[in-house]
Amino acid sequence: MLKYFAEELLNKCSSLRKKWEDEVKKLIAKRPERKERFSTVSDHEIKRLYTPEDIKDLDFEKDIGFPGQYPYTRGIHHTGYRGRLWTYRMFSGLGTAKDTNKRWHLLLKEGQTGLSTAFDFPTLMGYDSDSPRSAGEVGKCGVAIDTLEDFLVLVDGIPLGEVTTSMTINPPATVMWSMYIACAKKQGVPLNKIGGTIQNDMLKEFIAQKTFMLPPEPSMKLISDTIEFGTKYVPKWNTISISGYHIREAGSTAVQELAFTLRDGMEYVEHVMKTKKLEPDEFAPRLSFFFNSHIDFFEEICKMRAARKIWAHVMRYRYKAKNPRSWWMRFHTQTAGCSLTAQQPYNNVVRTAIEALAAVLGGTQSLHTNSLDEVYCLPTEHAVQIALRTQQIIAEETGVANTIDPLAGSYFVEKLTKEMEEAAWEYIEKIDNMGGMLAAIEQGYPQMEIANAAYKFQQQVENGEKVIVGVNKYVTEELQEIPILEIDEKVEKEQLKRLEEVKRRRDDKAVKRALDNLRNACKKDENVMPYCIEAVEALATEQEICDVYREVYGEYKDPGFF
Amino acid sequence: MAKRKLRIMVAKPGLDGHDRGARILARFFRDSGYEVIYTGCHQTPEQIVEAALQEDVDLIGLSCLSGAHKELFPKVVKLLKEKGADDIVVIGGGIIPKQDFQYLYDHGIKAVFTPGTPLEEIKKWIEENVKVREELV
Repeated sequence: MLKYFAEELLNKCSSLRKKWEDEVKKLIAKRPERKERFSTVSDHEIKRLYTPEDIKDLDFEKDIGFPGQYPYTRGIHHTGYRGRLWTYRMFSGLGTAKDTNKRWHLLLKEGQTGLSTAFDFPTLMGYDSDSPRSAGEVGKCGVAIDTLEDFLVLVDGIPLGEVTTSMTINPPATVMWSMYIACAKKQGVPLNKIGGTIQNDMLKEFIAQKTFMLPPEPSMKLISDTIEFGTKYVPKWNTISISGYHIREAGSTAVQELAFTLRDGMEYVEHVMKTKKLEPDEFAPRLSFFFNSHIDFFEEICKMRAARKIWAHVMRYRYKAKNPRSWWMRFHTQTAGCSLTAQQPYNNVVRTAIEALAAVLGGTQSLHTNSLDEVYCLPTEHAVQIALRTQQIIAEETGVANTIDPLAGSYFVEKLTKEMEEAAWEYIEKIDNMGGMLAAIEQGYPQMEIANAAYKFQQQVENGEKVIVGVNKYVTEELQEIPILEIDEKVEKEQLKRLEEVKRRRDDKAVKRALDNLRNACKKDENVMPYCIEAVEALATEQEICDVYREVYGEYKDPGFF
Repeated sequence: MAKRKLRIMVAKPGLDGHDRGARILARFFRDSGYEVIYTGCHQTPEQIVEAALQEDVDLIGLSCLSGAHKELFPKVVKLLKEKGADDIVVIGGGIIPKQDFQYLYDHGIKAVFTPGTPLEEIKKWIEENVKVREELV
């Protein structure tokens, strides 16, 4: 093994360090440090100083290496952001399809380079706007989509052969993707030209985000169907965005986010290989990931570097993929919603900027930056503009994109990357020994790890150990008023009218036929995608299709771990 | 006869799945010595009220982060009244803009606790405002 440092340097370092430590001891006896213990927001202990000794056992080629070369610690592309900047992809959706289409055009005009769809809760959960469960929820958290007619309005004026679109949709992913595909067909864009992502990651739903519908096994089946369909017919599409963002938002530590996300990815790879008989190289290049960028600056950068390294190893050695593209971890990042505060909301601009910078230094392929007002409601136009400008300022003004992985070689960054990698592997092995992620979920393991971490953090905030500016320190009594975007109550009425009108004029026989075909396909364990596309084109509603799935596969109820 | 412990139900009405706060509160209440029932996500107001009566709770804490609080919270209060159980105290929390608080108060929600509220403040409010419901003879 090529040693990272010469022996003489390490010896010199060691002797200087001992002298320094003696001096420190004397100094802090007179004047103690601010705290007894310093740790990241995830409570990972951080030392006073890092030196060459901390990384003396690193293997330059195996641990650090070069960008575009295995194990990609420094990035998956040879030319990094000099070749291509990360995509400015703002998660966005509100009210009706028309409202959202307007916001999308605004964002594209302001320089966004990729689209990302936020749906409302009824759509996320597979209910139509006219379901009794949807009362009060329509259009509040994102866009309401009931039928293909809504989707056509959503993408009106957007060339689907030129812009890529991400959709945050999980149980009904087959339905939304079918609608997108149907829209592309109407625009005359061939399926092998459309690009985008569907989140479509049910494991993290059971663990954290909790938009679930079907039980775990059939949920996996639908996901493998989309991966298989994408592999065959929509080669530029990322049919899954294996997510850690929500795991972190639910309160996990950074290491848990890293480990559970990667282990989820492994579960999907194994499921596709087993049930679809596909080789990893056939589908792995289109697996994508989604991480959180939280407020502890260095912890996030190291997490992302460790993520690339672990995934490359897993794909190359565990699953024996041969194509280097199968080893690449490509990920989207969102700055941490849970780090933002309702108190003194303008502070959130600062938090988002720092989190965005961490994501860039971590090498993200695409980025969403939260708006300052998202603690209260969906973002106003002005707030979302600031969030987008944050990315553009980082890209154009700060110089951090001039060189690739600039923090490599830092004793601290390389040590912390290694520590997080090792800690993540411990979790991964533990879950392996439980029988895999599905088994672990059934036992409530990741859910309880998250609940414990969330509770611990809350206690640390309550007792002042962890400071949140404006909340438990530097508190101001008077309320800072900011403009709040309100979703008009008439959005729900409008959507109900639209839905009723579509139901009235569509060919009910064609809908019934399509739904029957879908039901039979499910029962015969066929790939559902072609039948789903047929159904959306016949103007079946999202819930009508999801109800077929519910009927065949059953429903999942929240076990309520706390 | 010794009075029983206060029974608190933490409930998530509607389709919202953001349960971090609700679960932390459930655990905090349990650690504080209360009896806690956590409903899990995706409960309808009907399901919440039915469970609350079955479990004979004294307080219901509703959590909603999807913006549907003005629809869902008053519904729970209304159903409790219809069942003759309006002595069950109902409080709420989640993503609720200040301008909606009065509407909720007007519709029977006794208090609203939004992000950043210290847990001890909520506990203190409960100690001062919630009693074990009178035993039915």
